Parts: sequence; structure tokens; C-alpha cells
Amino acid sequence: MLRNSLRVIIIAALGWILFQVYSGYSSRDELNELAGYYATEGLSEVGAANLVTSVVVTYRGLDTLGEVTILFLTALIIGLMLKAEHRGDRTRLRESSEFLVTASHVLLPVIFMVGVYIFINGHLTPGGGFQGGAILASTLILMLLSFTNSKISHKVLEITESVSGISFIVLGILGVILAGGFLDNKILPLGEFGKLFSAGAIPVIYSFIGLKVGAELSTIILEFNQIQGTDDKSL
Amino acid sequence: MTNLFSIEYITIFTSFALLVLGLWGIISQKNIFKIIISFSIVNTSIHLLLVSLAYIRNRTAPIIDSAVDRVNAAEKVVDPVPHALVLTAIVIGIGITALMLSYAFTMYKQHKTLDINQYKSLKW
Repeated sequence: MLRNSLRVIIIAALGWILFQVYSGYSSRDELNELAGYYATEGLSEVGAANLVTSVVVTYRGLDTLGEVTILFLTALIIGLMLKAEHRGDRTRLRESSEFLVTASHVLLPVIFMVGVYIFINGHLTPGGGFQGGAILASTLILMLLSFTNSKISHKVLEITESVSGISFIVLGILGVILAGGFLDNKILPLGEFGKLFSAGAIPVIYSFIGLKVGAELSTIILEFNQIQGTDDKSL
Repeated sequence: MTNLFSIEYITIFTSFALLVLGLWGIISQKNIFKIIISFSIVNTSIHLLLVSLAYIRNRTAPIIDSAVDRVNAAEKVVDPVPHALVLTAIVIGIGITALMLSYAFTMYKQHKTLDINQYKSLKW
């Protein structure tokens, strides 16, 4: 009883604070100074049509590196924790229905290509490395659902992940040597605005981010898939 | 408060409602998976809040194309910085949810229950 009333008080207090914030909010009608700079100078400095991409990859590129590192650490910790579990003999899973298997044969390459398209065109259209990587990882989910007893190699994912991570950092350091600073995109020519090969190194960097994110999310999914059906007697 | 039913007010209200709902779930649910779902709801509410703070009336997405020309882009687009922040936050959210799920799995293996009140080792 006491506990419940305490909860109600906490929730009511939070609701009251949020209501004050809400009623005091007034929508703005101008960009602030920083965003205005990104929208005007960013176009000629970075040359990416998608302003969000120029913020994520170039102006705040170091944050993106940290973000990718956090995702890598997450995948690592999950791998450590779930590998420590006793892995009994895997129960053989039931075959998927023919509809799912046939549809997967058609859809898998298409979904994979959509993912690659999204991260290659990250500087021109909505999307980018993270979204494309998530779509790449979603092909793995479809694969695990339809080909239940196939073995998926951890090695390939690990190699993709490490190679793209190292290339990302090497491109960043090349920016220090050849251009203005870490992760500067002017190490390649800026090219014609709005074309695929434009915005300097952004398409290259975003492709590596896409591959890395895709590999990391796939590792997480695989880890969760592999605890399925282990050690059923104890559950 | 004249334009209370315009889109940015509706989205901010929704995000605050989701925040309160998620916090209620976190402090009142017993099942550890429901607590994780509540954390995801809070996460979503923050994303919604950031995107609605970026919104400016009568403007479009911060992408230069036929709708927005290069010369006066600053008068045509919404704020790109919160969008970049949300992009970061979504990925971190995925990571945190996956990490919490694997903790929950490990806890279940050890205690054979999902009820958080049964986890005596958490109490001091």
C-alpha cells in the first residue's frame, strides 16, 4: 500500500514537471546559430545534399566513432555473457514451411541490395550507414527463420567487422594528414554536388560504417539465436 | 496556447505521455521482460521529443533536392542537429536493449524465475 502510493506520487510529480515544460514550450521559427551554419556553410564545406549526414559523418564524426565503439562493446559483452552459458547439444529445429523458404530465396538478395543502396546513397537521400546496416542485419533474421539448420560463420562477420572498423579509423587519420582534421572528408575531391561520387570521403566512410553496423547487429542476433534450444532440461 | 493542436504540440504531448507510461512500467512491473519493454518505451519517447524539438513550421527535411535550393537552405529546412542525435540514440537504444535482454537471460538461468522480487541477490 505504502509502496503503491509512493509510486503514484513519483509518477504524479514527474507528470506535473513535464506538464509545466509542455505548457511553457513555444515553437521556434528560426534555426539557431549552429544549425544555420551547418545549413549554409556546410553545403560548400562538406558538399553532402543530406545535411544530417554531413553533421553525423563530418562535423560530429568523432561522436559517430564513439557510437560504433559502443555498439562493438555491446556485441562483445553479449558474446562473452552468452558464451559462458553451458551449451548443450542443439536440438534440431523444425524445417520452415516451403512458402517461407521460397520467398526468402527471392527476397534475400533484394533486401541485401536495398541495404547496400541505402548506405551508399547516405549523403544524397534519407538513410545512411546505420539504417543500411540494420537492413543488412535484417536479412540475417530472415535467413535464420527460413534456413533453420544452416550454419552461419562467425568468422566472416568478425572479419567484415574488424576490416571496416580499421578502415574507418584509417580514413579518419588520413584526414589529419591530408586535410583539415580527424575524419575530414576533403581527402577525396568534393565532386559535383548531388552526384553519387561527391562529398569527398563521405560515401566511403558511410559504407564502412554500414558494413560494421551490419556485422555487429548480425553478431548480436546470432548470439541470441544460438541460446535457443540449449539446455532445455534446466528451464 | 492558441495552436495547441498543431503537430509539434501533439508530438511533444505524446512523447511526455509515453515517458510517464514507461516510468510507471519500470517502477511497477514485476516481470523483468516487461521492465525491459518499459525502458524501450522511454527510449522511444525521447526520440519523439528530440524530433519534435527540431520541427519548425512550414519547413521540410534537411536534404537539398528539388524542394530546397542551395542558396536559401537555412530558411527552408528544419534543424538537422537533433536528427543526427536521434540517429545516434536509436543505435545506442538497440545496444542497450540487447544487453538488458542478455542480462535477463542470464538471471533467468540462475534463478529460474523472471519475477524481480525473487532476485534476493539484488537486495542489500
